[in-house]
Amino acid sequence: MNHAETLLPALRVAGLSKRFTLHNQGGVELPVLEGVTLDAFRGECLALDGPSGAGKSTLLKLIYANYRASAGSIRVRRTSAAAEVDVTTADPRTLLALRRDTIGYVSQFLRTVPRVGALDVVAEPLLGTADADTSALRDAHRKAQELLLRLRIPQRLWHVPPATFSGGEQQRINIARSFIRSWPVLLLDEPTASLDADNCSTVVSLIDEARARGAAVIGIFHDARVRERVATRVIDMERFQPRPGSR
Amino acid sequence: MNVSDLPAPVERDANFNFAYLDERTKRMIRRAILKAVSIPGYQVPFGSREMPLPYGWGTGGIQVTASIIGPSDVLKVIDQGADDTVNAVNIRRFFQRTTAVEVTTRTTDATIIQTRHRIPETPLAAGQVLVYQVPLPEPLQKLEPREVETRSMHGLAEYGLMHVKLYEDIARFGHIATTYDYPVMVDGRYLMAPSPIPKFDNPKMHMCPALQLFGAGREKRIYAVPPWTKVESLAFDDHPFEVQRWSQPCAMCGDTGSFLDEVITDDAGGRMFVCSDTDHCLARRTADE
Amino acid sequence: MSEDTQPILRVEGIVKHYGSRVAVDGVSFELWAGEVLAIVGESGSGKTTLLNAVAARARPDGGRVSFLTRHEGVVDVHAMSEAQRRLLARTDWGYVHQDAVQGLRMNVSAGANVGERLMALGERHYGRIRNEAASWLERVEMDVTRIDDTPATFSGGMRQRLQIARNLVTRPRLVFMDEPTSGLDVSVQAKLLDLLRSLTRGLSLAAIVVTHDLAVARLLAHRMVVMKDGRVVETGLTDQVLDDPQHPYTQLLVSSVLQP
Repeated sequence: MNHAETLLPALRVAGLSKRFTLHNQGGVELPVLEGVTLDAFRGECLALDGPSGAGKSTLLKLIYANYRASAGSIRVRRTSAAAEVDVTTADPRTLLALRRDTIGYVSQFLRTVPRVGALDVVAEPLLGTADADTSALRDAHRKAQELLLRLRIPQRLWHVPPATFSGGEQQRINIARSFIRSWPVLLLDEPTASLDADNCSTVVSLIDEARARGAAVIGIFHDARVRERVATRVIDMERFQPRPGSR
Repeated sequence: MNVSDLPAPVERDANFNFAYLDERTKRMIRRAILKAVSIPGYQVPFGSREMPLPYGWGTGGIQVTASIIGPSDVLKVIDQGADDTVNAVNIRRFFQRTTAVEVTTRTTDATIIQTRHRIPETPLAAGQVLVYQVPLPEPLQKLEPREVETRSMHGLAEYGLMHVKLYEDIARFGHIATTYDYPVMVDGRYLMAPSPIPKFDNPKMHMCPALQLFGAGREKRIYAVPPWTKVESLAFDDHPFEVQRWSQPCAMCGDTGSFLDEVITDDAGGRMFVCSDTDHCLARRTADE
Repeated sequence: MSEDTQPILRVEGIVKHYGSRVAVDGVSFELWAGEVLAIVGESGSGKTTLLNAVAARARPDGGRVSFLTRHEGVVDVHAMSEAQRRLLARTDWGYVHQDAVQGLRMNVSAGANVGERLMALGERHYGRIRNEAASWLERVEMDVTRIDDTPATFSGGMRQRLQIARNLVTRPRLVFMDEPTSGLDVSVQAKLLDLLRSLTRGLSLAAIVVTHDLAVARLLAHRMVVMKDGRVVETGLTDQVLDDPQHPYTQLLVSSVLQP
């Protein structure tokens, strides 16, 4: 990573607002975020801080284009050289491409795919959509195995579909899946919730490694010690609370 | 049976038009025949008439014959290769009464041969017409009951389905078990049901010097194979078309290359194999004498 | 999905009337190679009518469907000759019917059902056809020993698998599916969805899946189109539409099912 690249933000959020309109409850408006403005540079780890309901998860979902913004922009650089893409206005195809090669996301829950073994679930982001050739497959499986080892998933579970795993095991599968690729932007929604101390510290190292190779990490860390350990900056989400009566 | 066994020439019954059908109907049928000859293997719809025989007794073939027969024609009628079976006798009598044309059992003497289920063993010659009685003209019907669809398939020459039938045979019996009404491609274009002739006869249709006309009365279709037309039996590369063979010769004439019928000779299980084509068999035996 | 320069399918302003009733009222969308699009809506929303118009099984009263062929560039599907259209339908396209009986030949064996498209394309080697059929039965996780049994003896789930194999044997790039899993037991449905998911991903298939079941859309589709009264009321990434629905109708649809 050269110096000039470090100076370019990997992610620029400007004037971002989100409110939900509940049409089937008399059109009630629920404002959640207003005027979110922040930059995330490569190698940074931003910790979103604030009480529950402050819109931390909502912000991650907006960046991942899981939620649609009500106003503002979210600009992501797809590769270091390319022009930025605005997530709030990009077409679905571009969003899918972003999710494939630029933005990684660890949700709080693993949405399991039935009948696909843990190893394949973890390797999938490396393999894309089409039939991968055997060397790519071997490579992906090797990386997946490394991660599963580091996250202490017993080898007997590697070929078992994660649907039957405990909450903690599922979470670790989810984490492995998200760290297998060098995503330039990595979104982590409580990655260490329900993990024991050993696995917690593994996740901490994984975050450090991601930063070291130039990822911009934005996360929600429930555990204050983890937060202090990984965060390079803390974003106080209460700054972006909609003022009462505002729309 | 030979010619002398046939009833003597009769007077034409003046109560009927020549060959029973009225002239307008004949003309309509001849138009259909001309169209059929022009598009080898294509099924031409026609206004099939009520005939004094029930459907299934050859009404299609009779109407075709009635439309093309003239006073100078010599008619032979066979059913399963024989001139003396009920269906053949009835149809021959019908034409004798309505046309008073000369009739024969000799393949070589006939100008028109109406047939059910066989092609004569004696090779046909240019100038002769073979008229087939056809129960089911649509070869795809058993696989695709929708007529709109089968017509499209013919129109677009989409005949993969016919191979599905042959595939099924091989999958079930280890070989193509269809032995009669074996589907053919006519002139490389139209899939055609050759009527329920044994597949043994299929090669005779290929490049035949005689005109072959097919009439289906109930289904109201006429189709044709003009003289010298390619007729190819469907097959797979690894399961080629083959005709039936017999381990013994005809018990009566000793022919080893003709289609044989099994005949039960007594109540004790005795049986023998004889030519299905009675004229052919007789001709061989009389030549030997 | 590959980085192509143009979509594989472009649907523009499709209109279809039934008498005075408008079944589909100006629907447009694009589909890219390898992309799975779900069309969701209640019965009567026009989704199946739309599918039939797009798949050229019925002629729309207005609009255009353009398909990017392998060799001849973009073609107007409804302006093609019937021969071309039928050829397209049995080579580069597939159509999976809700009722397998409509998509299968019930009185011929499983092997012949799968092999039919090959034979239609001129394959004349029994051994090869049979091997290909067997390998597809395997791919759709059917018991290969049942290759000579007719679909009449199969369960609903197996019939649907057979229908899928029959469609995929020519390696189509676009498959239309009309409620492919409805009418099956829940457990059978789940397994079939799995299979469809791995097949569409593994073969880079573009697919349009008509369904009233949001869970089916969630599992299979990259993108979603929500239809109501013949119109598209909302469209977007599948998870976007399901997790943050914008239109009142979509919100109602999403809130009326348990955790899609």
